[in-house]
Amino acid sequence: MDGLAHQIIAGIATGGIYASVALALVMIYQATHHVNFAQGEMATLSTYIALSFIGAGFPYWIAFFATIIVSFAIGVAVERLLMRPVQHAPVLTHVGVFIGLLLIIGNLTGWIFGYTTKPFPSPFESEGLLLGGLVSAHELGSTAVTLAVLALVYLFFRHTRLGLAMRAAAYNPASARLVGIRVGWMLALGWGLAAAIGAVAGMMVAPVVFLEPTMMLGILLYAFAGALLGGIDNPMGAVLGGFTVGVLENLAGAYVVGTELKLTVALIIIIGVLVVRPSGLFGRVVLSRV
Amino acid sequence: MSMTKEFPATEALASAAPHRSTATWQWVLLVLVGIAIAVLPVFLLESFRLFQLTMAVIMALAILGLNIVTGFNGQISLGHGAFYAVGAYTTAILMYHLEWSFWWTLPVSAVICATLGYGIGFPALRLGGLYLALTTFALAVAVPQLLKLNALEHWTGGVQGLFILKPEPPAGVALTPDQWMYLVALGISGVLFLLAWNLVRSRIGRALMATRDHPTAAEAMGMDTASLKTRAFAASALITGIAGSLSAAVVEFVAPDSFTIFVSITLFVGMVAGGVASILGSVFGGLFVLFVPNIAEAISKSAPGVIYGVILILFLFLLPDGFAGLLRRIAARIIRPHNGAS
Repeated sequence: MDGLAHQIIAGIATGGIYASVALALVMIYQATHHVNFAQGEMATLSTYIALSFIGAGFPYWIAFFATIIVSFAIGVAVERLLMRPVQHAPVLTHVGVFIGLLLIIGNLTGWIFGYTTKPFPSPFESEGLLLGGLVSAHELGSTAVTLAVLALVYLFFRHTRLGLAMRAAAYNPASARLVGIRVGWMLALGWGLAAAIGAVAGMMVAPVVFLEPTMMLGILLYAFAGALLGGIDNPMGAVLGGFTVGVLENLAGAYVVGTELKLTVALIIIIGVLVVRPSGLFGRVVLSRV
Repeated sequence: MSMTKEFPATEALASAAPHRSTATWQWVLLVLVGIAIAVLPVFLLESFRLFQLTMAVIMALAILGLNIVTGFNGQISLGHGAFYAVGAYTTAILMYHLEWSFWWTLPVSAVICATLGYGIGFPALRLGGLYLALTTFALAVAVPQLLKLNALEHWTGGVQGLFILKPEPPAGVALTPDQWMYLVALGISGVLFLLAWNLVRSRIGRALMATRDHPTAAEAMGMDTASLKTRAFAASALITGIAGSLSAAVVEFVAPDSFTIFVSITLFVGMVAGGVASILGSVFGGLFVLFVPNIAEAISKSAPGVIYGVILILFLFLLPDGFAGLLRRIAARIIRPHNGAS
């Protein structure tokens, strides 16, 4: 039974990473109704930036927050420069821009920082396992960070004027504009927040999977599966979905399909959710008027 | 205007009929010249350049497949590399294990890919736009993993892949296998391009575009949009699968790592650069994806991917209808003043 318990707890720890990226996806979806394919690449770039800060001699937590600020700025810049001009273009154009971003950021990262796999420090260093040998300090720490990010996002959207304005801009852009909310900037802010959350996820996952330019590709798909499972328009659902996918993936990897088919598990979850229950477990059922 | 005034009305009418027939002649001439230009490289290019051009023809065909479902039917697929891989592996497995001739693998590959496309068309019905894009993206990411699967290793050759030989030219044809393979790829692609060209100009083609542009109105006019979409997926997968089969024979090798997500992305980039929902655009797309990375590498050795991405975004911003759209606009500008003058 120890094996099973360990698999579940390890699943929760990786699930925390998926939950953060899922949260980032849902943030952008809520603000713009886009699913950013380049989210993973942006997070990887952020993690390399963090490594550069640490390499320059900054203490971990200063590097951590500096990276979040830089990532936020990159997210805002991407929205302003690339997404805004094609705001009213067909979906195909948006997908094209995401793919372009994925190519540019992914290759830029490899170009600047090299393609070799690099270790990334964890702030939660400790020898041995905690909680009776079930969980490592990093697993515990990264889950705590994920939950803290979730709490902050929740408080921001529920209890600040800016959060309210962002929700209004996403819910009804025309009316929001009429009451004086600058809808365009709210979208940019959404991209910035998503990039910042992605950066946190990248810095939390890098000590586990090691840092390389394609680090986040699989993680993006698990996160997408998690976001869909929870309901793409529900941040809380996305986080729960992310954790669920983490546990499912670990259990399936350990007992059913083996590690070589883990990505296929994500594919099956995605198709399964979309076919059986497109609104996810906690999402709103959207009726579209024709 | 001064010219037409001098002619009596009847003569102007009479001249209309031969004018149309010269237009047909012009078309025939154009097609003949086109074929001549397409065949000429066989005799002009050295074998590596010819190989590249063969791959460009094959990529054009694969992009044509993607264009049918994404361009003409509006279902965004980022996973066409999966059909390309299935086509390639079907041909390779039949040739390697069962020692079939290349020609007999083509219909099998077509049937398998069309069936697979039809099957994937069903969940696709429930997904619009971005969801479909991401699901097919996930499919494409999973392909190399599925190909490396231990259970299938006996057939797929696992990580090592399979080696095959390209078909020999028939006895009495004085061509090298490379030259022959170029003509084979060209001929098969030519036939499929012609079929696709007919398809999009037919009743079904108009229905596909109506389904893309206004599904509700299309349904109200009695079109079975669900069946149209799944069939479009099947036709599209078939074409891309045949392209995959051809590529296996040309490269003489298949391995999981040749079918990463990058194949699907390449097809998508080629479609956008060539021209979305344009048959001719697919040809430009094939040339683009084969030769632009080389040019990008010449500009900067270390980052062809970055330049590729920048070019994609520039196209979307400046030329959203691709090369084909650019040509159409230039042609319209040349023809319009001419019409005004006569």
